[in-house]
Amino acid sequence: MPILYETIRNLYFHVGMWFGMMIFFIISVVYAVRYLRTNNQLFDIYSVQYAKSGIVFGLLGLVTGSIWARYTWGAFWSNDPKQLGAAIALLIYFAYFVLRNSMTNNDKKGRVSAVYNIFAFAMLFPTIWVIPRLVDSLHPGGMGNPASFSEKDIDSRMRMVFWLGAVPGWTLLGVWITSLFIRLQILEEKNFEHA
Amino acid sequence: MNMRKKYISTCIAILAVLSGFTSWAQDSTGNNTASMTDTLRSNGKIYVVIAVLVTILFGLLLYIVQLDRKITNLEKNIKK
Repeated sequence: MPILYETIRNLYFHVGMWFGMMIFFIISVVYAVRYLRTNNQLFDIYSVQYAKSGIVFGLLGLVTGSIWARYTWGAFWSNDPKQLGAAIALLIYFAYFVLRNSMTNNDKKGRVSAVYNIFAFAMLFPTIWVIPRLVDSLHPGGMGNPASFSEKDIDSRMRMVFWLGAVPGWTLLGVWITSLFIRLQILEEKNFEHA
Repeated sequence: MNMRKKYISTCIAILAVLSGFTSWAQDSTGNNTASMTDTLRSNGKIYVVIAVLVTILFGLLLYIVQLDRKITNLEKNIKK
């Protein structure tokens, strides 16, 4: 791709952010389901904090994508289906926190937000995995093309660094930060119970 | 006096940021050939990668600063 030049290195960072976001949202929905099944407060905390990290990574993915687009496609925002889909998916997850913080009853809060979490996760399928693949896009992998990283786009060494380095690296960094938030939240709950 | 000093320094900071933006805007809209030769498009566009990295770094730092604030809150609550 001649317009990309050395910015192909952004693959490790911009795409890594999105993989981090997807993994965190998957973890989040798994804990939401476990919370609904067991009613264990701990799973609720896990679910919320992973959703939060997912949003942070998603926002960073969006911003880095805009910067990259400005200097390769020519505009910060070009209404590309993948951009729109990602923005809608993030807005749905914003609504998750609006809904959650609008309720004061702790038990109700946990249950309703866990159910909404499952809905938000289901909405990820059309907004970021299905529609952008079906319609024409500036992103690779549009129009029903096979995987975004085919032999033509990047060479095998880059692919190896991406899958073995970038994706696990960013994800583990995010998991670590999230675990700090979770530990703090657990302490706060305990402190609240004692007070 | 203290308030006034703060006010003045804030104004200076805002002015500095704004002047930076205007010069940047002039660069990118001046004319077509100039906009294609600015810093971010030079040298195989490697500076775009740097901009992206800096964005991610600042984003994650902000997230951790939020963690710091929450911890401070908890510390205050425990002291009470």
